[in-house]
Amino acid sequence: MVPLSHYLMLSAVLFALGAAGFLIRRNVITIFMCIELMLNAVNLAFIAFARHLGRPDGQIFVFFVIVVAAAEAAVGLAIIIALFRNRESLSIDDLDSMKL
Amino acid sequence: MTMEVLLLFILLPPLAGAALNGLLGRRLSQAAVSGIACGAAGLSMIAALLAAWTFSHLVPEPSVYLHRYFTWIEAGSLRADFALYYDRLTLVMTVTVTVVAFLIHLYSRGYMGHEGGYYRFFCYLNLFLFMMLMLVTAANFPLLFVGWEGVGLCSYLLIGFYFRKRSAADAGKKAFVVTRTGDAGFTVGLALLFWTFGSLDFGEVFARLKTLPAGQMQGTLTAIAILMFMGAVGKSAQIPLFVWLPDAMEGPTPVSALIHAATMVTAGVYLVARSSLLFAHAPLALEIVGGIGCVTALFAATIALTQNDLKRLLAYSTISQLGYMFVGCGVGVFAAGIFHLMTHAFFKSLLFLAAGSVMHALRGELDMQKMGGLRTKLRTTYWTFLIATLAISGVPGLSGFFSKDEILLGAFEGPLGKPWIFWLATLTAGLTAFYMFRGVFLTFHGSSRVTPEVEHHVHESGRKMTTPLIVLAVFSVIVGYVNLPGTPWFVRYLEPVFGPAESLLTATAPAHAAEGHPGLLVMGASLLVVAVGILLAYWLYLKSPELPRQLAERFRLAYQVLINKYYVDEIYNWLIVRPICWGSDKVLWRAFDAGAIDHLMVEGTANATARVGNILRRMQSGYVRSYAAWVLLGAVLWLAYVLLLT
Repeated sequence: MVPLSHYLMLSAVLFALGAAGFLIRRNVITIFMCIELMLNAVNLAFIAFARHLGRPDGQIFVFFVIVVAAAEAAVGLAIIIALFRNRESLSIDDLDSMKL
Repeated sequence: MTMEVLLLFILLPPLAGAALNGLLGRRLSQAAVSGIACGAAGLSMIAALLAAWTFSHLVPEPSVYLHRYFTWIEAGSLRADFALYYDRLTLVMTVTVTVVAFLIHLYSRGYMGHEGGYYRFFCYLNLFLFMMLMLVTAANFPLLFVGWEGVGLCSYLLIGFYFRKRSAADAGKKAFVVTRTGDAGFTVGLALLFWTFGSLDFGEVFARLKTLPAGQMQGTLTAIAILMFMGAVGKSAQIPLFVWLPDAMEGPTPVSALIHAATMVTAGVYLVARSSLLFAHAPLALEIVGGIGCVTALFAATIALTQNDLKRLLAYSTISQLGYMFVGCGVGVFAAGIFHLMTHAFFKSLLFLAAGSVMHALRGELDMQKMGGLRTKLRTTYWTFLIATLAISGVPGLSGFFSKDEILLGAFEGPLGKPWIFWLATLTAGLTAFYMFRGVFLTFHGSSRVTPEVEHHVHESGRKMTTPLIVLAVFSVIVGYVNLPGTPWFVRYLEPVFGPAESLLTATAPAHAAEGHPGLLVMGASLLVVAVGILLAYWLYLKSPELPRQLAERFRLAYQVLINKYYVDEIYNWLIVRPICWGSDKVLWRAFDAGAIDHLMVEGTANATARVGNILRRMQSGYVRSYAAWVLLGAVLWLAYVLLLT
């Protein structure tokens, strides 16, 4: 059996990578992919625990997360397309009109 | 008519008159305005007379008629109702006030006819009458205080009646502020009274005082009495708060007659008289009352010796006569003080109204040095003025003689009578006779020093003004006969009111050595000084008119001091007014109001908010990645909290 800690370590690393990418990358779509990465990292953790504790709760919660991630992706991409049509740019630094 | 209805008819018509004239007077004719005002005053007078008659015929005659109309203040244990208190003292006060006020209202029809603001004048005059009557009929101290402050307000409004004139407006302010100073003491005294007795109702307080053994609670009672007397000092223009009264002559002459001679200024005397039992329990306070009254009487009389302004002369005379009334109370013969209050109301208001008549004839001239020889042209004015002068000088046969005599007798043999008070008061009587006759001689006798432009304008006043003069003159003669040296009916009449106080004083005061015939000695002394005073005035102002000027040259310093009224106003200005103005300007306004509040607190708050906002706004950069970073940071911190601290 693969020890639980391995899964969790992987989940943490993936999450950290996603977070780092979220902060560092400039392309909006890339940022979105990082968000998805973070979500999936969390999914991994849930599954690992479900397997470890022998309970289905984690897996069921993963379903919820996947559904939410999908909906969020759909909406988010729609927003990005709208923004692109306005700004002609996919750089997140160009989206700065909400400042004082 | 029942007493409770009559009492309302004494109080309410002037209030209604003031309301009507105040609200509608602008659109009414002069006849309507004066009709309303004089009608109200007349109605009040009739009600006062009827109430006097009804009260005297009540069976069995109560010492007090008390009626509660409605609850006014009910706060914790303090209860003050709108209740009226009618006893023999109230009878005397209401009748005197309403009769004099009515006559002055009538006089004003003629006097104020050419002035602007006719309706405003009568509105204020009626309002004043209401307040004064409320003062003398109140059954508890708060209600009395309402009237007290009300007359102060009307005094301010009426002194400053010609408000466009700077000196008049200033005089009104001065009167109000100075009397306010006294009122501060009065209020503290009332608070102490309430704290001591738990009530401010006359009935309850006086009942407690009656059963209180002599000498108990003296400290507290003395403090209360002195504090209340402070209010009287302000209102009745005694030392040190008399400075407002001469300035008050800026007001129209009927105002000077009514408010500053006959009624408002006597409110202080009424207060002391009404609280006679309280003062009787605090002989020290009474001694202060008598002392201040005596000194003030003499002091003001000396100033009156050199005044050239006719109204100022009468003003200082009023201050002096009020001193006499306080002497009466201070030596323990309260009834004598009230007797003098009554006679003084008539002859003093007559003096002022006659002076107004002179002013009217001379187109506003008040300087006696520009008068003279008017007795042929202003016959009625002259004769009534002369009668009043005889009365105030204490010439036998007229009212002033009888009332002054009672006071001097009290100073001599009363419970708290003292020799020095007697002699100073007698001296003052001589001075009074002197300066009053000086006034008569300068104004009406001798050769005319009237300026040419005014010369052909000189005419006797119309009947609207002379009739009240004549009526007052008659009263100035006969009112004194209610109390003759051998048959003191008036004093005996007021025995139920002042009996408790006077018997307490006689019991506790050190015994007097009763001499042979004190009455004759007193009368003799006063007649002597009066005769000397009149003769001296005759000599200086009729026989040898160059003498006064020569005397003024010889005694330059004394003359300067007197004619500048001992420089009291200047001294007060340096010691009190300027420091207060400086403090108000530099400290209270600049430092505190503009500096601390406006600058520090108001602008400061705005500035602080702006600065904090400026700092916070840097978070709103529109830079999405920084937002993301903050979100991450927040998530990490929360996670740490959950993991590590719970």
